[in-house]
Amino acid sequence: MSKKITIEPVTRVEGHGKVTIHMDAQGNIQQSRLHIVEFRGFERFVQGRPYWEAPVLVQRLCGICPVSHHLAAAKALDVIVGAGTGDGLTPTGEKMRRLMHYGQFFQSHALHFFHLSAPDFLFGVDGDPATRNIIGIALTNPELAVQGVMMRKFGQEIIRATAGKKIHGTGAIPGGINKNLSIDERDEFLKGADPLNADKMVSWAEEALDFFKKYYFANKDFVDNFSYFPSNHLSLVRKDGALDIYHGVLRAVDAEGKKILHDVDYQEYDNYIEEEVRSWSYMKFPYLKEYGKDKGWYRVGPLARLNTADFIPTPLAQKEFEAYKALTNGKPNNHCLHMHYARLIETLHAAEMIRQLLNDPDLQGDDLVIKGEKQKEGVGLIEAPRGTLFHHYRINDNDQIEMANLIVSTTNNNEPMNKAVNHVAKSIMTGKEVITEGMMNAVEVAIRAYDPCLSCATHALGKMPLELTFVGPNDQILDRKRSH
Amino acid sequence: MSNLIKFKIDGKECMAEAGKFIVDAAADNGIYIPTLCNMKGVKPKGACRICSVRINGRLMTSCTTPVTDGMEIESNSAEIQDLRKSIIELLFVSGNHFCPACEKSGNCELQALAYRYQMMVPRYPYEFPMKPVDASSPRIIKDQNRCIFCKRCIKTIKDKNGRSYFVFRNRGHKLEVVLDEEMGKTIDIATAHLAMENCPVGSILVKEKGFDTPIGKRKFDKEPIGSDIKL
Repeated sequence: MSKKITIEPVTRVEGHGKVTIHMDAQGNIQQSRLHIVEFRGFERFVQGRPYWEAPVLVQRLCGICPVSHHLAAAKALDVIVGAGTGDGLTPTGEKMRRLMHYGQFFQSHALHFFHLSAPDFLFGVDGDPATRNIIGIALTNPELAVQGVMMRKFGQEIIRATAGKKIHGTGAIPGGINKNLSIDERDEFLKGADPLNADKMVSWAEEALDFFKKYYFANKDFVDNFSYFPSNHLSLVRKDGALDIYHGVLRAVDAEGKKILHDVDYQEYDNYIEEEVRSWSYMKFPYLKEYGKDKGWYRVGPLARLNTADFIPTPLAQKEFEAYKALTNGKPNNHCLHMHYARLIETLHAAEMIRQLLNDPDLQGDDLVIKGEKQKEGVGLIEAPRGTLFHHYRINDNDQIEMANLIVSTTNNNEPMNKAVNHVAKSIMTGKEVITEGMMNAVEVAIRAYDPCLSCATHALGKMPLELTFVGPNDQILDRKRSH
Repeated sequence: MSNLIKFKIDGKECMAEAGKFIVDAAADNGIYIPTLCNMKGVKPKGACRICSVRINGRLMTSCTTPVTDGMEIESNSAEIQDLRKSIIELLFVSGNHFCPACEKSGNCELQALAYRYQMMVPRYPYEFPMKPVDASSPRIIKDQNRCIFCKRCIKTIKDKNGRSYFVFRNRGHKLEVVLDEEMGKTIDIATAHLAMENCPVGSILVKEKGFDTPIGKRKFDKEPIGSDIKL
């Protein structure tokens, strides 16, 4: 006699997923699965399109971090138009793209923290769902809510100035960028009226981090132990080991910090990474070939990035990084909810980078595009807010895309999210007969820490009420609850 | 000045040289009548019907009808506006016009007209036809998904011997405007750019040019199509 609990869909994540929890007759958790049940097929329908359409077409996967797709595709096409990999562009081309990317990082991380995660910290995992949301924050902590909205707005404005539009712009083109930053635009960000200027964003990013640290130290046991499990970690790092979200080499470390992927050129990613298909999900399961399916899976995203990087190349974030690393004695951090901590350090880094870039006169240069000998194939890699994003394209003799492979951040985090769900289910659902709202949200909290973008991962969009179902050994429905 | 005649558009007194086509005479008087297939300097055909007006109770294409003395033209009525909007909608549903990823977006006359006529959702069902993309020319991509059969390319893009680079192929629902295979191999870059410029939609693309004009600097980013026609 066994039963199955289904949580569908998972809320406050981007897209639509469902969770099933299989239990035996004694109420022991047998298996937990995060199913991704939507399908979109971008890899197929870009085939036959002119290659230069890819950065504009493929970014339509998502409305939250389209810039990541835009830039990853553009970076792959840089290779195809002979402009080399990320560091081959003109200074204006590369720095405008970096500014676009840091603007996006800043807004996406702010969105995740203030809108999606902060309600759990303020009101508790089992708080009243009617107020455990951004509206609840606005009512109880209006200043915090305003900060969230304005930080997001600032990042969006940076995107508008670099990509042409706040969502789905056209700025990055193969070999460079189609505009520079005018003096007026620059001054608006540097000296704009309070609060929309770079200095304010840096100080608000510090305040958001302080807010989390306060919560963390008051709830240390919960944060440290919630869904803790060791794993490998993978990300881009700059060649000198610095955190770099735009360009670098591919590095992976194991749970103890030993390098298991040694700063390799991402053009050859398919020598190192394999994707497994499982029948119950549209989302694939990537792993490091050398270590196989069972030991080669890895985490990506803020936690992974701060585990692979040796340092952060901006002073305020570096100081926070050192304090953060001290929590785990310099070893990789495998605490699921520390993902939020890492994300806020990255938010601070992004604000500092934005300020630094805005003061760089290269942004006003006119040399925007560089091209060389055309290639048939190119890979673009970027650290999207949610983790490492791979875009790989091959073109035919007529400049049409004949193959596209996208491994998005959430796909890279597929196995870890399943592990996280299983860990939470085992710790709070074992032996339980009644499904509670808090129980359901705890599963979601584990998933939400990864800030998953299920839309991107299946290349799906949807928002439906949460449904939880108990299914018996013969697939009969024992109980069903709908929460939102 | 002796050639000047008087006529009315939507009750407004207008003057124009006798023999001018209505669409041009209206523009001279600061009145915009939309066009798609019509181009200055090219003999009009009235193919797209978007410029239809009502004269003496009959619908006429204003790009092919000369203005006459005392003529009374109805152009801005709710009925005519809706007729034009329905033509725009028909053009959208009969092809595959996915503006979000089209590099002509912002410079596309069909898209600009859809905005001007506030097309939200077409009243007709989408056909989603299967259409090919011909990318065999070294300079040009001819995307049949977006062709509206205006013939502007056929009429204006010619070699020094007067031969058109673009021709009709097939008939009926299989009709398509194609780039001549042989001529397409040798088309020069200036002619390719002119072809893309003259195409009112994104059916003719110059290779490797895409999205090089930033948003904000495209033809219709600041003002709606037809804004240049004013007194």
